[in-house]
Amino acid sequence: MIEGIPIQHFLIVSTLMFFIGVAGFIMRRNLITILMAIELILNSVNINFVIFNRYLYPDQLQGHFFAILVVGIAAAEASVAIALIINIYRKLKNIDVENVNELRY
Amino acid sequence: MSFNVVMFYVFSAIILLFSLLTITSRRILRAAVYLLFVLIATAGVYFLLEYQFMAAVQLTLYAGGIVVLIIFSILLTHHISHLFEKPELTKLLMGTGVAVVGSFLTIYTILTYPFPEIVTTTPLPATMENIGAQLLGVEKNGYALPFELISILLLAAMIGAIVIAKKDKSKNSEI
Repeated sequence: MIEGIPIQHFLIVSTLMFFIGVAGFIMRRNLITILMAIELILNSVNINFVIFNRYLYPDQLQGHFFAILVVGIAAAEASVAIALIINIYRKLKNIDVENVNELRY
Repeated sequence: MSFNVVMFYVFSAIILLFSLLTITSRRILRAAVYLLFVLIATAGVYFLLEYQFMAAVQLTLYAGGIVVLIIFSILLTHHISHLFEKPELTKLLMGTGVAVVGSFLTIYTILTYPFPEIVTTTPLPATMENIGAQLLGVEKNGYALPFELISILLLAAMIGAIVIAKKDKSKNSEI
């Protein structure tokens, strides 16, 4: 049930979560923590889709499907990114962003 | 104040606190566990909205799948006792500046936008029947094409991840 909670409160929570993710994306140097910041960003976007679906268009399920598709894309992105990270670790023995430009030919 | 409202604020507090800890923790395994708490609290928000299927997807795929993947890659690439250096001052200022300015602008926009108070349309319950019929439907409100596209994307990502991460046969690397 959603009585008593205005839509703005949900949106403020997801906005703060999004910008915490952006700040983490800028501040961190390790590739895996950057990936975690991206997961935070995607998760806040998911909350937004579901909230708009629930509050403004409850007769449809569009935001629901977009959120499910975003989860699928996040899973694909995480698996490919982690494969790349493990490969970079094999070559360079660390995974800081500053060293990744050494991979080019 | 009813129980649902209290639960919403509890979940929001958990989400915000642990997302902050995720990006500030100096031990990487703890950061991953804090991310797990954020994702589980998000699933709780979906349960509050009565979207049980979305909450189940969130719990199994995000909290169960992606976090385990991240933790395994941490274990493959880090020493557990490794402690990160503190971020540089310029990066810290840039990150917090972008976050503060951006969230201020966005929250200002949210608070001034006139959202409709009462939506009169009859709500469609998010049951498995409705979700399945629309996700695989080809008529109006059908989502068959994105469904097929995402299956191809997942297949391509799986093959790509295996090809990228497998060892090179020609060179003998020691790891």
